[in-house]
Amino acid sequence: MNEQYMNAAPLLQINDLCKRYPNMGSYMSVFHMNLTIPRGRIIGLLGPNGCGKTTLIKMINGLLAPTSGSVYINGMFPGAESKRVISYLPERTYLDNGMKVAQMIDYFADFYENFSKEKAYSMLESLGISPEARLKTLSKGTKEKVQLILVMSRDAQLYILDEPIAGVDPAARDYILRTIITNYNPNSTIILSTHLISDIESVLDDVIFMKNGSLMLHTSVDAIRSQHNKSVDAYFREVYAC
Amino acid sequence: MAWELNSDRPIYAQILETLQVRIVCGIYKPGEWLPSVRDLAAEASVNPNTMQRAFVELERSGLVMTQRNMGRVVTQDTQMIETAKHKMAVTQMNSFFANMRQLGYSDNEITSLVNNHTNNTNV
Repeated sequence: MNEQYMNAAPLLQINDLCKRYPNMGSYMSVFHMNLTIPRGRIIGLLGPNGCGKTTLIKMINGLLAPTSGSVYINGMFPGAESKRVISYLPERTYLDNGMKVAQMIDYFADFYENFSKEKAYSMLESLGISPEARLKTLSKGTKEKVQLILVMSRDAQLYILDEPIAGVDPAARDYILRTIITNYNPNSTIILSTHLISDIESVLDDVIFMKNGSLMLHTSVDAIRSQHNKSVDAYFREVYAC
Repeated sequence: MAWELNSDRPIYAQILETLQVRIVCGIYKPGEWLPSVRDLAAEASVNPNTMQRAFVELERSGLVMTQRNMGRVVTQDTQMIETAKHKMAVTQMNSFFANMRQLGYSDNEITSLVNNHTNNTNV
């Protein structure tokens, strides 16, 4: 086994994390969050719009500096080392529209040593996307698929997917979820934020509910189902009823 | 016996029932190897840890046994499989009778309805 997996520190540890954006007065987008994420889990990060999911994700990826508190990945602060082990799908696409899909794959392969071109091309084929297509000629949903393929083709320890399935059709959604299941390995964890709870519920181990920047609940899907006799989707609708 | 995971009960419990039915009706035969956790998880579109949990429960019931490092095998004790089958039949009967009584039928009426039904479907 690879010795980096033997690291005793949890994969992700968040201590008393807060984020206040400038010009937002005293409003805290993330408020005293504490969280420990082990390896080998598939976790849904759930919550209503504006509850702080993306802010949290950006701090884990080192794209935003916390106002206070800390984030540790394998016991280290976010930085070059953590970017090596985290594969991150942002909420917006950042791909160069003028590039071809195949060029994008080369780019990723140059950038990340744990990127598998073979995996990427096999997923492109399953989804019927031509490697020769320029990104600007692709539909919004297809672009999202390409971006997800790039992210899932890395052999990472932590995959963080911000709204990975929102824009894609139901058949592709099934394929993506199956890809997540078949790629599952006990050394890596996937955190995905989404509003399409019923679609992904059976794929998840655990769910994290956020509200107003705080952690509301961190438990397993089957614990919610056995305690409340409800699916997570139904429970979410109850907890966040407007 | 397809994977139907749509009720609100815990997912592992629903998977467990499907696996039990598959053993009882002979899709997985006595002494045969079960598919791997990973393959079954992909087939049912569920998390591998959830499938694993269902397997552990299935093992606890005695219907399957783990062979170290090789996978899981269905028990050769056909008596045990018969017992499991009978138990599931009783559960089905109980819920059928409960539903019929809720509609206002007496046990005698239910029995004659059942007889009628079997006569009609046998024609």
